Amino acid sequence: MSDVVERTLSALPGLLGQQDPGAGPGGGPGRVSATSRLGGLIRSITALSSKHEEEKLIQQEQTNLKATVSAPTTTLRLMKECMVRLIYCEMLGYESSFGYIHAIKLAQQGNLLEKRVGYLAVSLFLHENHELLLLLVNTVVKDLQSTNLVEVCMALTVVSQIFPREMIPAVLPLIEDKLQHSKEIIRRKAVQALYKFYLIAPNQVQHIHDKFRKALCDRDVGVMAASLHIYLQMIKKNASGYKDLTESFVSILKQVVGGKLPIDFNYHSVPAPWLQIQLLRILGLLGKDDPRTSELMYDVLDESLRRAEINHNITYAILFECVQTIYTICPKSDLLEKAAKCIGKFVLSPKINLKYLGLKALTYVIQQDPNLALQHQMTIIECLDHPDPIIKRETLELLYRITNGQNVTVIVQKMLDYLRQSKEEYTIINLTGKIAELVEKYPFLLLKWFIQTMNAVFSVGGDVMHPDIPNNFLRLLAEGFDDEKEDEELRLYAVQSYLSLLEEEDTFYPQKFLQVMSWVLGEYSYLINDGDPEVIITRLHRLLKQTFVTSETKAWIMTAVTKMSSRMSCSKTIDKLIQEFSTSLDTCMRQYAFELKHLCENKELMKNLFPLDASCDEIMVDASLSFLDGFVAEGLSCGAAPYKPHHQRQEEKLSQEKALNFEPYGLSFTSNMSSSGFTGRQSPAGLSLGSDMSGNSAELGQKETNCLKLDGVRKLWGKEGYLPKKENKTGKEDKTQPVPQDSILTAHVVDPPLMQSEQQVVSLSEEEKEKQQLASTLFVGLGSNSTISLVGDFYKLQVTKFTKYETQNSEEASSFQNIATLPFSPLPDTTPNNKENFQGNEHLGLRKISLSSSEVLEASVSFETSQSVTEVGLDEQLSNCRLSTSSLFADSNIEVFQPPQNVPDIVANKAPLSLCLPEELAGHPHSEIVELCSSDILTVYWCKVWTDDCSRLVLFVANNSTSPLKTVNLVNLNIFYTSVNFFLSFCQKCVQLEKVCTEGVLSGSISYHLDTDTHLEFSLTFSLSDFIRPMKMTTEDFGRLWLSFSNDVKQNLKMSPSQGSLSVALNALKQKLKLHIVEIIGNEGIAACRLLPSVPCLLHCRTHARTLALWFRSSCSALPDSLLYQCQKVMEEA
Amino acid sequence: MQFMLLFSRQGKLRLQKWYVPLSDKEKKKITRELVQTVLARKPKMCSFLEWRDLKIVYKRYASLYFCCAIEDQDNELITLEIIHRYVELLDKYFGSVCELDIIFNFEKAYFILDEFLLGGEVQETSKKNVLKAIEQADLLQEVNFSFTRISQILFNPCIITGAYLFLQRSSAEQFGYFTVNIDVYVQWKFQQSGQKICW
Repeated sequence: MSDVVERTLSALPGLLGQQDPGAGPGGGPGRVSATSRLGGLIRSITALSSKHEEEKLIQQEQTNLKATVSAPTTTLRLMKECMVRLIYCEMLGYESSFGYIHAIKLAQQGNLLEKRVGYLAVSLFLHENHELLLLLVNTVVKDLQSTNLVEVCMALTVVSQIFPREMIPAVLPLIEDKLQHSKEIIRRKAVQALYKFYLIAPNQVQHIHDKFRKALCDRDVGVMAASLHIYLQMIKKNASGYKDLTESFVSILKQVVGGKLPIDFNYHSVPAPWLQIQLLRILGLLGKDDPRTSELMYDVLDESLRRAEINHNITYAILFECVQTIYTICPKSDLLEKAAKCIGKFVLSPKINLKYLGLKALTYVIQQDPNLALQHQMTIIECLDHPDPIIKRETLELLYRITNGQNVTVIVQKMLDYLRQSKEEYTIINLTGKIAELVEKYPFLLLKWFIQTMNAVFSVGGDVMHPDIPNNFLRLLAEGFDDEKEDEELRLYAVQSYLSLLEEEDTFYPQKFLQVMSWVLGEYSYLINDGDPEVIITRLHRLLKQTFVTSETKAWIMTAVTKMSSRMSCSKTIDKLIQEFSTSLDTCMRQYAFELKHLCENKELMKNLFPLDASCDEIMVDASLSFLDGFVAEGLSCGAAPYKPHHQRQEEKLSQEKALNFEPYGLSFTSNMSSSGFTGRQSPAGLSLGSDMSGNSAELGQKETNCLKLDGVRKLWGKEGYLPKKENKTGKEDKTQPVPQDSILTAHVVDPPLMQSEQQVVSLSEEEKEKQQLASTLFVGLGSNSTISLVGDFYKLQVTKFTKYETQNSEEASSFQNIATLPFSPLPDTTPNNKENFQGNEHLGLRKISLSSSEVLEASVSFETSQSVTEVGLDEQLSNCRLSTSSLFADSNIEVFQPPQNVPDIVANKAPLSLCLPEELAGHPHSEIVELCSSDILTVYWCKVWTDDCSRLVLFVANNSTSPLKTVNLVNLNIFYTSVNFFLSFCQKCVQLEKVCTEGVLSGSISYHLDTDTHLEFSLTFSLSDFIRPMKMTTEDFGRLWLSFSNDVKQNLKMSPSQGSLSVALNALKQKLKLHIVEIIGNEGIAACRLLPSVPCLLHCRTHARTLALWFRSSCSALPDSLLYQCQKVMEEA
Repeated sequence: MQFMLLFSRQGKLRLQKWYVPLSDKEKKKITRELVQTVLARKPKMCSFLEWRDLKIVYKRYASLYFCCAIEDQDNELITLEIIHRYVELLDKYFGSVCELDIIFNFEKAYFILDEFLLGGEVQETSKKNVLKAIEQADLLQEVNFSFTRISQILFNPCIITGAYLFLQRSSAEQFGYFTVNIDVYVQWKFQQSGQKICW
């Protein structure tokens, strides 16, 4: 017996050596199982010549397989074979869903070999939302408990690939146990499975963060590397929470770079490159905007740069990551220098892949260091004509970043050339967006160029491009720039160019382009003095008869015709047109024709309806519909039922009927909420406009912008009427500053490096000269030491762009002034310099705030998220940048109050402040007023107020000194005072949650000017519970709602003995989370709450032997998860 | 990583692994478009592609194209090396791999891929560790599967007892090393006795 063992062992080395390398232990089963059925299938398919034959063969095969797998006599071994063939069929693109269930069965019943194939088939066939996956859960649980390592490995592998989100609690404890397993492969896979869970349901693994730390410190490199995936994700979400780990990451990287890892992890003699790259990425995220953390990593970055010397792809990969990290963290000059050198290595490399990455790196760093582009300008020019379109594309991306007032025409031309050649939809959308953005940024340069470029964009971009582009273009055209004469020229040129485009018959234009044309012609064709309007109408008429014109476009054209006809006495073409379409089969067209006909009969009315060049005028909307009062009164007197708003009707209906409510519950709340808000006003406006113009779709766009304007200024339409516009100098200056371009925007001065290069030109060939020329046109205006002389124009442009905001803001400002001066009117005699001048202002422009990753919580600008976002998109040229800013806490309705206690004399300001909330807020629950940050001059206090409809952040700014402060600026919160020389002031903001998450950090800074500019930074944490409000309802309502919600999450929590009964636990939850307890019966209880503004969430809980079973349901998918986490926290605290 | 595709020069798909949930229709569409785009590219061109909002990294090995889709902020070069490492693994496992190996043993190629990449992230970068994991699974299965048959035909009871002993130890978590032993040993014994093993 024992000698057998001994003999075996002694014989081993020799035996292993004898093995044929091809058929080694692993390779043995390899080498083409020629006789197998799979082999036969594959061979016969390769032998076939046509697709049709293949289809036939596969169909036959599938029928066979179907019969085999469903036959009860099929052995598992045969089943395994069938599965492999099914996988093959699926790969060829033939769906074999009949086999899915058998794959699951095989994974469940088979022995190891079959199980392995079963699991593989499952992971290939199903996706994580597939319903059959639920059947796999039991198998996975069983295998995770198995003593056989291979089974555990297989189960973990499948869990890390696909697992149903809602079943995570079933396996989570098992996988957590595996983190302590003695085998590193199991630990590694367990970490990887947890990573997967973190990705699909982050809140469910939040309680095991400590264990992640343990994994990070694991003695096995593989386990540690796996945990980095989780850390990368977590740090991406919230970098500030993991700053303490920076040193660990740095020391790990140091060890890796220093070659301390086992040699197994080397890849082409580079130590663990994957690990290095992961760590570099994490460090980049941690060091971003944080000088202290960045400091820790300078050494190791330097070391990494130095060590990566071998000329192999893998070292370049590490170098690239290093460069990116160096440019992401707080800059250090000698590192930057080295990184720049590295970029040079990439850019100048003959290898095309490296060149591409060089361009990519340049694009990344160009905004920080425009001089780098100058160094490599010749390479960039070469790349611009590179035969590989990808290189070209990346070069354009780079050029796009360095655009300024002088090179924009050349760059846009290059982009247009590329656009014309590309066919892929995604590229077209992307490029047209960029071109339009650039062109609209600098429209003042050349009017003709502006129109022509936009024409090219419209005709190439066609109907795939972003709908904002034509809207923005029309808005620019309509609003114009400050110079009336130039505007008119621009419009005239547009009209002329469109007319000449329409002259050619049978040319196809995209619908969007036609719509733009018809709008412009309708609005501005009167500008043509010598032309006959009849001609234009004839052209439009011809368009109407084209078959390729869609009915939407036809509506635009009809509107244009209507507008034009209001300016003409009579026209044969119009009469003809009316006649023609009055009998049209298209009802819409017929309606337009009839409207036109009636309008033509009453020229006076028509002139009123379509005033000249009035597209930018505000349309007064009588939101209260007072003109209908007479009609309503008449109706009431005739016995009609009084009007009830929609939600009221619904509620009544609910209370009357006991039927199920099929309407999503949130809806009624929304309408409730917004009755004073956006939709409430919009719908009657839509109605009244509709009845006047009968849904004129050309006007619709216009109407939308009108609504937008109304939104910002709604409080200003008081009884006094429209408050006059006020120039706001400081506001404007402030707006122009943040735009990054103006720092590199230059004019006629060419900077020194460029001069040199031009001097060298003399000796170069013609071709070279051309390139040099191109270079000088492209790179003009880059570099730091150039002077700014175009600023005037640029400034003008900025002003035009923000005209709309300007009006709003100045109006707001003036209204603030009203508020502000009121309590102060008696004061001037006593404290003359106490005269307040509030100017609340939207802090516009491109702030770089959102770059900091600390802002996880996204808040929206106004009441209705979706609408506000589109508004922003429509409203602003800089929508791209702006959208990212929308992740800030902001509110367009900033209210600045003048507290009564700031009247007292300044002497008292050293004494502790008695801070109290304004009356309208004092009644609501609020947190304690706590100091947020302070300096010797200024102290900021904060407090959260939870009102019914939102969470408000109230900031108190106290002036500790005796001297007045000028320009106190709360950067992230969009508020700024031009002077705070008063003793104490506060402001409040409505904070809203845009995406459901458990916690978010709002960071901002306050800056003020007193001799020097000073910044105070602060950050505040908002948790989900700040946005939760109780929701009152009856048990019946609860039952009804419960059934209508589909998203649910269940979890059992342990209760400590002190928590005792259910009611104690529920009360704790009620207090902490503001739930409304609907009813408690025995050991079961139900509660309801809503997430602001009105997303309901229901909770059902039951106690059972020291456990509290929580069951959440909501209409929002992420809400239950996050709430559960909050509950967990509350219970733990209790 | 979002997905990985292997296809031949003729555009025939050889392997597909999706790390993001997509419907079959989308998968087919993406595959078709990508295969076309990649095949149309000239050999001297760059190995990276911008495609929709993704980056495609591809590399050709003999007649096979390996093609990975990554997100924009990912590192292209390291993805190229992921492909290379996978090819190295295949090469080691099959012993100078060729397209036919992957065609006929695609499930093996999947197993290797799963040990190397998991859920779209690199799981194990050590070549040795990946192959060890695969071989362990392969071997244990072989032994388990054929154990009953061996016991029927085996003549020397001593070996059977030895085998039992090893198997028992193997389930006691040290299976790796010892199962190699028993497998080799049994094979060797069979060869000695002149019988053919029927696995």
